[in-house]
Amino acid sequence: MVFLKEWSFNIMREVMLGNHAVARGAWEAGVRVAAAYPGTPSTEIIEALAQYKEVYAEWSVNEKVALEVAAGAAIAGARALAAMKHVGVNVASDALMTLAYTGINAGLVLVSADDPNLYSSQNEQDNRLYARFAQIPCLEPADSQEAKEMTKLAFALSEAFDTPVMLRLTTRIAHSQSLVELGEREEVPLKPYTKEPSKYVMLPAFGRERHKVVEQRRVKLSSYAEITPLNRVEWGDRRVGVITSGISYQYVKEALPGVSILKLGLIYPLPKNLIRQFIAAVDVCFVVEELEPFLEEQISSWGLPVRGKEFLPRIGEFDPRLVAEGIGPKVAEVNPSLVNDILLHNSSPSINISLPARPPVMCPGCPHRGVFYILRKLKLTVAGDIGCYTLGASPPLNAMDTCICMGASMGIALGMEKARGQEFARGLVAVIGDSTFLHAGMTGLLDIVYNRGTSTVIILDNGTTAMTGHQDHPGTGYTASRALTTKIELEQVVRGLGIKRVRVIDPYDLALTREVISAEVATPEPSVIIARRLCALLAKGTGKYKVVGMYCRSCQCCLDLGCPALTFNGEEAVIDEIQCTGCGLCAQVCPAGAIEKVGEEDA
Amino acid sequence: MHEQVTSIIITGVGGQGTVLAGRILSRAAASLGQDVKVADLHGMAQRGGSVITHVRFGPKVYSPVIAQGTADYLVAFEKLEACRCLPFLKREGVLIVNDQEIPPLPVLTGAASYPKELLEILNTHVNNLVIVNALKKAKEAGSVKAVNMVLLGTLARHLSIPQECWEEAIRTSVKPEFQEVNLKAFVLGWEAES
Repeated sequence: MVFLKEWSFNIMREVMLGNHAVARGAWEAGVRVAAAYPGTPSTEIIEALAQYKEVYAEWSVNEKVALEVAAGAAIAGARALAAMKHVGVNVASDALMTLAYTGINAGLVLVSADDPNLYSSQNEQDNRLYARFAQIPCLEPADSQEAKEMTKLAFALSEAFDTPVMLRLTTRIAHSQSLVELGEREEVPLKPYTKEPSKYVMLPAFGRERHKVVEQRRVKLSSYAEITPLNRVEWGDRRVGVITSGISYQYVKEALPGVSILKLGLIYPLPKNLIRQFIAAVDVCFVVEELEPFLEEQISSWGLPVRGKEFLPRIGEFDPRLVAEGIGPKVAEVNPSLVNDILLHNSSPSINISLPARPPVMCPGCPHRGVFYILRKLKLTVAGDIGCYTLGASPPLNAMDTCICMGASMGIALGMEKARGQEFARGLVAVIGDSTFLHAGMTGLLDIVYNRGTSTVIILDNGTTAMTGHQDHPGTGYTASRALTTKIELEQVVRGLGIKRVRVIDPYDLALTREVISAEVATPEPSVIIARRLCALLAKGTGKYKVVGMYCRSCQCCLDLGCPALTFNGEEAVIDEIQCTGCGLCAQVCPAGAIEKVGEEDA
Repeated sequence: MHEQVTSIIITGVGGQGTVLAGRILSRAAASLGQDVKVADLHGMAQRGGSVITHVRFGPKVYSPVIAQGTADYLVAFEKLEACRCLPFLKREGVLIVNDQEIPPLPVLTGAASYPKELLEILNTHVNNLVIVNALKKAKEAGSVKAVNMVLLGTLARHLSIPQECWEEAIRTSVKPEFQEVNLKAFVLGWEAES
């Protein structure tokens, strides 16, 4: 990462991204092995760790494997970290739930980066619930400095209590920058590895015994929660108390200056006595937390009087104004000076015109565009998947029917075929990217083959993990540290999974794309089409196209491509020369032959 | 309460370099010993969509996110985005807007139209409006990609951060081969209002 190199001179305090602070904290804590699958807002953690020569950092095939790799390293005696976005923990949860039983040897930290407001996700699930589900401790930082310190502490806690520790971030922590004081790396020697089947082989007999250990650990952790400085009271006006954690703490400080705050850094298990004493010491007590009433429900279940979600939403993210408007009026009843009234009186200028939306779009020259253009023209039902190409669901392409989770496209397609019959499959495709296919698609494809499905699967192979910023994967031939490795050939993989009909096409060739998709969808056999072309952001452009005005019939057919470089000025189509990458799709769809390559004009 | 905190919203279209502008601004402020927080968005929004960076600095900053109606400065790299982010600006705040139109996809495909006379509309709603032709100045500096530096330069003149802090922040944030173009664009932006 550029940032880290730039800042390697002797400044001890620097502005740091939350994710980079986590990486720095792990490095300072002597982490040796780190693994992740890229996912916003978690990606930068491994990118940064891969820059430290003392750390082995990998892009794993998926989050489950990433957690297993980290767990293997921890069991073998090395401090290890796995990082993933919130939905990645779903994939890794099978490993997580039982690792909570086995415990670790050297420290194991799982970073879960949640995404309230779904800035780049398919849901906004609250992963604090996973910590409670798995009965493992969960730390939640409120800025980059805390992100670094809590990461270090998480390793120590992991070893002290023999448990994986979850570090829970949200987008506004992971992707915010604030000042961090740098420390030095502590070299932590490998712990001895000894064979211990009763601890690490979870046969039912051993698992039963380990579950007892989990319960004992929870009790010990609850005692620790009472005394740890991670949970602290900031006394202000004792008439109003607020219990909060993470980014919400910052919003409370801004919106309700002067209230008494119980700031929780260890959010599972909770310090019951500390909370009881705090609530007893104030007249009224509120809980301010984004998403689920995770703290509020536990505290209420102990018969303690707290209020929160009746004033604040369970949906989306907070900001200082939302907190001020939500509980400010209740706080003001006690003492109006405790509410930042600037936040209650919005004096901002507002203009009363409707503004066209600016949604994210496929880039000019995006190799996915041609495939979705054809899918729409053929009026196919499209079971989609997770990646840049999910934008194929948006206008004007409108060529996606479902997008659920990583790898879902093939299971969904098979289920649709089984529900509605083979005839339905003659108008159905599954569409998935290369990185997503290798992450969670191979099993779905195998299921189509095994269970006599007949649908066509299109793998959009742009040679990278594009959405999260171009990370490598097994199909690129490079590791996270850019070392050469075996390059996995998708053709071989799908043939190995039992697919006999495999076609490779260039999605810049619309006629071929149409012909092959039509033929394969019509065939009552499972098939895979690999649409292969490098992501336009990585490829060098292949020239420029221009509209020859005198030939343009103003039909606007080219606008159906949804290319940001193409527009219509009222008389003729216009190509923005700066944005055009020369993919040539517009020239192929123009019925008048009015678009031609610059430098190849008809004489 | 936190009147000593300066709050700046930088907005534009994914790919215009708002994130880098935010980073340089935060480093310049940090070099004065100020507390600094920046909130960015990564991922899907960056694919040609609207992007917003929040930058705050002062003796002590809590929230990295700026509440609506409290931004001291709104720096808009594109006119439509200026309008979209206007609710962030406080009544007496300063709007620095790049006189550039980047039509969003619904406009390109004909599903919507780009509002006319946005600068006039902004002028009637904002007390402190600064219009900069950043694209022209960026070209003058030697790269159309330096639009972000021009606008940062214009903003910088309004802030009490010494010029050498800016230069240092730019030098530590961009690759050596682009430093001169970026510094030149920054100076052209600095001089835009003179």
